[in-house]
Amino acid sequence: MSFPLIFERSRKGRRGLKLVKAVPKAEDLIPKEHLREVPPRLPEVDELTLVRHYTGLSRRQVGVDTTFYPLGSCTMKYNPKLHEETARLFADLHPYQDPGTAQGALRLMWELGEYLKALTGMDAITLEPAAGAHGELTGILIIRAYHEDRGEGRTRRVVLVPDSAHGSNPATASMAGYQVREVPSGPDGEVDLEALKRELGPHVAAIMLTNPNTLGLFERRILEISRLAKEAGVQLYYDGANLNAVMGWARPGDMGFDVVHLNLHKTFTVPHGGGGPGSGPVGVKAHLAPYLPVPLVARGEGGFYLDFGRPKSIGRVRSFHGNFLALVRAWAYIRTLGLPGLKKAAALAVLNARYLKELLKEKGYRVPYDGPTMHEFVAQPPQGFRALDLAKGLLELGFHPPTVYFPLIVKEALMVEPTETEAKETLEAFAEAMGELLQRPKEWLENAPYSTPVRRLDELRANKHPKLTYFDEG
Amino acid sequence: MDIPKDRFYTKTHEWALPEGDTVLVGITDYAQDALGDVVYVELPEVGRRVEKGEAVAVVESVKTASDIYAPVAGEIVEVNLALEKTPELINQDPYGEGWIFRLKPQDMADLDALLDAGGYQAVLESEA
Repeated sequence: MSFPLIFERSRKGRRGLKLVKAVPKAEDLIPKEHLREVPPRLPEVDELTLVRHYTGLSRRQVGVDTTFYPLGSCTMKYNPKLHEETARLFADLHPYQDPGTAQGALRLMWELGEYLKALTGMDAITLEPAAGAHGELTGILIIRAYHEDRGEGRTRRVVLVPDSAHGSNPATASMAGYQVREVPSGPDGEVDLEALKRELGPHVAAIMLTNPNTLGLFERRILEISRLAKEAGVQLYYDGANLNAVMGWARPGDMGFDVVHLNLHKTFTVPHGGGGPGSGPVGVKAHLAPYLPVPLVARGEGGFYLDFGRPKSIGRVRSFHGNFLALVRAWAYIRTLGLPGLKKAAALAVLNARYLKELLKEKGYRVPYDGPTMHEFVAQPPQGFRALDLAKGLLELGFHPPTVYFPLIVKEALMVEPTETEAKETLEAFAEAMGELLQRPKEWLENAPYSTPVRRLDELRANKHPKLTYFDEG
Repeated sequence: MDIPKDRFYTKTHEWALPEGDTVLVGITDYAQDALGDVVYVELPEVGRRVEKGEAVAVVESVKTASDIYAPVAGEIVEVNLALEKTPELINQDPYGEGWIFRLKPQDMADLDALLDAGGYQAVLESEA
């Protein structure tokens, strides 16, 4: 069933609104060299066509507002609508406004920073990075600046990541110019301590870990890991993707981590998927604070201000103040729940994951690293079933699929993260659907989905010949 | 799953086929099937010296990206440039046209430490 692009609906001269002629004209206000030479190619449609187009698109969407969305490691929890109202209160601010006239916004940023520091056990924080991977890059650049400052920039050239790591960890380390070495997981799914010891040394700059890890297991030897790292002069980096499991209960800073990035769009209910915008604040221990990006929000006698006077800073990583409205939503979330509420949310996230794991085991799924599950778990279908077919079949049964084929150490992996905001009945209905898929004929599975707007996409062609704009511009 | 008897294998699913004083290296039928449709191959530089087990190439599929390791220590003497345009050769013909690089081992005897077809079959069965 094809659905035209808005450009394909365009008819020359058709209008939804009749605009009053602008007085004064753009030419009177903007220097000529900044004016465009050709008019923008905007679609020309009437208002009803416009409404039907976007309403139609929204009805073809799958999102957390329509469907259970257990995408592992993505924490697709409910995004409270109240936060949208809160964000709207700041919609008229301009980033070039004098800080003296934006004290409320700066106060919100400062307070959010304090809350996040308290939740992670860190000493200083930047709210600037615009997403998780951006936060990672910022964090690793801070570590690099620290080593360079100590004269060890040339010798510490390696970043260690476990084989269960998020793909963004090795990608970040490579991006920052480091060589990546993989540390295997032990049979219990946690970092193999002996293998880690063999890799550690004066050539290592950092270890990147997420805790709980991508198997949903808490790294129980984390204090031993952080002790070893400290002894070797190695910085310990916390990928905050899985913070939802321990929020309010355990702090990366107390585990010995030196740098933490958070995903406000996962743990702190900022809507995500479909391009964000996300937000990836980075917290650090005191010894790394001088290298944080500028500006930092600071509190002085005359009120809040932007502190640019930081000579060792790695510089700006984002224009203005990051994705500010994402910060507003995260602030609203923390203020609404308070520490007891955040702790309860984490506990329920774990409870939901554990309950769903048991349900799926009853339905015939295997859980290869079946330890004390935290916020998510990784299941495997019975022999002969492909994760991809089950994912497509789930769409037909009205659910968004879990993450598939990740982490890489589990074959046909189905990585399930229900989050705390799902009701027991939803988890049970999902488990029923997962069970039903195993009863369907193989042929049905291999050809699913049937009733979605598009069926199986040509992923190969999409990768090799991506067409990213409607206009053919060579 | 096809496992030709004329070559050596690694636990990480590479094959190594001796040809004169060099070995041709690629990934197994099992590996290409597990990866799914290959969309990109990052080839090593010719002349690079590599250690056994060092990551020398990357195969990227619609599902994942996977490092390809040197089965033995040596020097990269040739790479399969055809993969730059047609990486799908790895799916279509993993043991032939889909080879990835040619390595000149520092000692051909190092190959003896690798698995034979039977040994690799056993690895697959233990992983299943």
